[in-house]
Amino acid sequence: MSSIRSIARHLKPGLRVLGFNKGVLGSVRNAAHFTYFPDTVSEAQGETTRMNLFQSVNSALDTALATDSTAVIFGEDVGFGGVFRCTIGLQDKHGKDRVFNTPLCEQGIAAFGIGLAAAGATAIAEIQFADYIFPAFDQIVNEAAKFRYRSGGLFNCGKLTIRAPCSAVGHGALYHSQSPEAFFAHVPGIKVVIPRGPIKAKGLLLACIRDPNPCIFFEPKVLYRSAVEEVPVSDYTETIGKADVLVEGDDVTLIGWGTQVHVLREVADLAAERLNVSCEVIDLVSILPWDRDTVFKSVCKTGRCLISHEAPLTGGFGAELAASIQTDCFLNLEAPVQRVTGHDTPFPHVHEPFYMPTKWRCLEAVKKLVNY
Amino acid sequence: MKLVSPLVTSAKNLSTEHTFETKPSLMHRAETEPSATVSLTRDDALKLYRRMQTIRRMETAAGNLYKEKAIRGFCHLYSGQEANCVGMKAALIEGDSVITAYRCHGWTYEMGAAPKEVLAELTGKVSGCARGKGGSMHMYAPNFYGGNGIVGAQCPMGAGIALAHKYNKTGNVCLTLYGDGAANQGQLFEAMNMAALWDLPVIFICENNHYGMGTAVSRSSHNTDYYTRGDLIQGIKVDGMDVLAVREATRWAAEQCRNGNGPVVMETETYRYSGHSMSDPGTSYRTRAEIQEVRQNRDPITSFRDKILGADLVTADELKEMDTEIRKEIDDAVHAAKTDPEIGMEHLSYDIYSDDLGHNMVRGVSPFVQLPHKVTGQAVNRK
Repeated sequence: MSSIRSIARHLKPGLRVLGFNKGVLGSVRNAAHFTYFPDTVSEAQGETTRMNLFQSVNSALDTALATDSTAVIFGEDVGFGGVFRCTIGLQDKHGKDRVFNTPLCEQGIAAFGIGLAAAGATAIAEIQFADYIFPAFDQIVNEAAKFRYRSGGLFNCGKLTIRAPCSAVGHGALYHSQSPEAFFAHVPGIKVVIPRGPIKAKGLLLACIRDPNPCIFFEPKVLYRSAVEEVPVSDYTETIGKADVLVEGDDVTLIGWGTQVHVLREVADLAAERLNVSCEVIDLVSILPWDRDTVFKSVCKTGRCLISHEAPLTGGFGAELAASIQTDCFLNLEAPVQRVTGHDTPFPHVHEPFYMPTKWRCLEAVKKLVNY
Repeated sequence: MKLVSPLVTSAKNLSTEHTFETKPSLMHRAETEPSATVSLTRDDALKLYRRMQTIRRMETAAGNLYKEKAIRGFCHLYSGQEANCVGMKAALIEGDSVITAYRCHGWTYEMGAAPKEVLAELTGKVSGCARGKGGSMHMYAPNFYGGNGIVGAQCPMGAGIALAHKYNKTGNVCLTLYGDGAANQGQLFEAMNMAALWDLPVIFICENNHYGMGTAVSRSSHNTDYYTRGDLIQGIKVDGMDVLAVREATRWAAEQCRNGNGPVVMETETYRYSGHSMSDPGTSYRTRAEIQEVRQNRDPITSFRDKILGADLVTADELKEMDTEIRKEIDDAVHAAKTDPEIGMEHLSYDIYSDDLGHNMVRGVSPFVQLPHKVTGQAVNRK
């Protein structure tokens, strides 16, 4: 990892990276595009255990099953632990009637969960990859999200939570890498949450499971093993709809979610080191609803804002943020809001390193913001 | 195809043709059925053997390339299922089309791609059949519509391709393949209904390898007789480990479609030796003994080899020589797959739309960065 970083340090930022010779490119291609910045908790939160992201998700699910006798978990291969091991051991511990495999039928999984939740059970569904959620899109958008509204509040499926691994993993290509959060941000009636690491994941997942609205919980799959933190063993929840200011700064606000938060933290370090620019880093945490107060307060303070996500530029959630920021922070803005995102291309196979909104591209945008 | 030296063949008095008895197929709502007595010529015996063996070697090579990290991400091996694509392809005529899911390496080869094009696609090289832009699950050849990554999503597409055959009166059929896992996707039933309603020349083929990822068929499917799941659509279940039975069943099914009696639902009883994909060791939901048992008693290549040797259609020396040639071909393909260059980075933004978008640019990274868009060539299905 450190050798990769030292190679990367010699790269010219931005698109010029692309002229890099093939031999070295091979090694860069397989390297993680970010450095993980772990969170910590205060001693007040009690006993902790070292967990990676899939273990903390497992801990949250275990807690949900233990504290709610109506809670059930279902999805493709969850019985033996799921492809990312998130449900490992849960069937043995809580029974085959509470943790069970479904056939390969995403629309059915979502709809089955809606029915189950509507009838009063806590339904925790897994879609094996976020890229596979689209057969269930109709059920989520037209059935789950609108159940409460169309019944005048008589019925709802608020006890439904759908988990799905999302985002780039280094080699996932077209159908194992996408970040579909913006599609769901367009749907009033559901909540959309993306954690940046194990501590947040446990608290947020439990919050989603207990939230009286249907929630979609996207887990950045590259973090499953690479993100390790001391996670509280206790039962705790985090607030949905509350962004976290991870680094305080005065000059530029950097907003991201999921894996990209860690890229932005490195950008903040680089900006301080190379440009003498002080960046404030915000993890949006929750895409729907999103924390307008924290974002606006920060941008009004700094006057400059960069939003970065892996999903393509056009219609990405950065567009919503940028539009809202220009409305609410207009008189405080020193430069147009910048977005650094994936390209408007399908998620590429061999070209993944060129697709990613890397720290170098973000740093270029920071330069533009301060030099505007 | 390179034929072996005539000297070797004349050394022994070889038959030019032989008849074999295959396991009778199970039928569902069908008025006719394929004959269990199958005739095989010496030429076909050599051809079928070569093709199955090439796929086996190619998949072994792919598995090794994956372990060496030359292939990243996803890779679903076909080893154990070779009799399916080889038998089916042998029953097709010019212009017939095929669409399948992600276990597509064998099919890509059958439909005309060289092993090098398959392996180089896996390693993301320019010599790959999609120039490295698709990778493991996305391989294409003329009349081969892929290689599809989303479980079951190819099934309605297959019905659509069949409608085109019918509309254009081509007399061709579309083979639409899926696994026992995808058999439970709602899209398949939508497709079957349309196909039956409009008498489409499509054969829905369930390659039943007994496990949808890690879930055994009995734990995923209410009705595990997949060949009956088209309801009123006639069905056939065939031994998918016997290339001759598969060929005859496919001929029969295609004949039904060509005579306007389509669609047909066909199930092949088969087995995959590897896990679902490379990340699945394939032993947590089935025993090693089970895999070993199939390898020893039902392997499609070994059993076919014994059959054609026993019938004096070929000699052991011929097959040995052929094995050596295949090994060489695959070794060369592996070398190319490792050493060929990757496609240029400018291709990142090519081939997203059918034309230059009027402004020839794709938005990227930030609103101020634009990448050139370009259409690189004529699609093979649009002539």
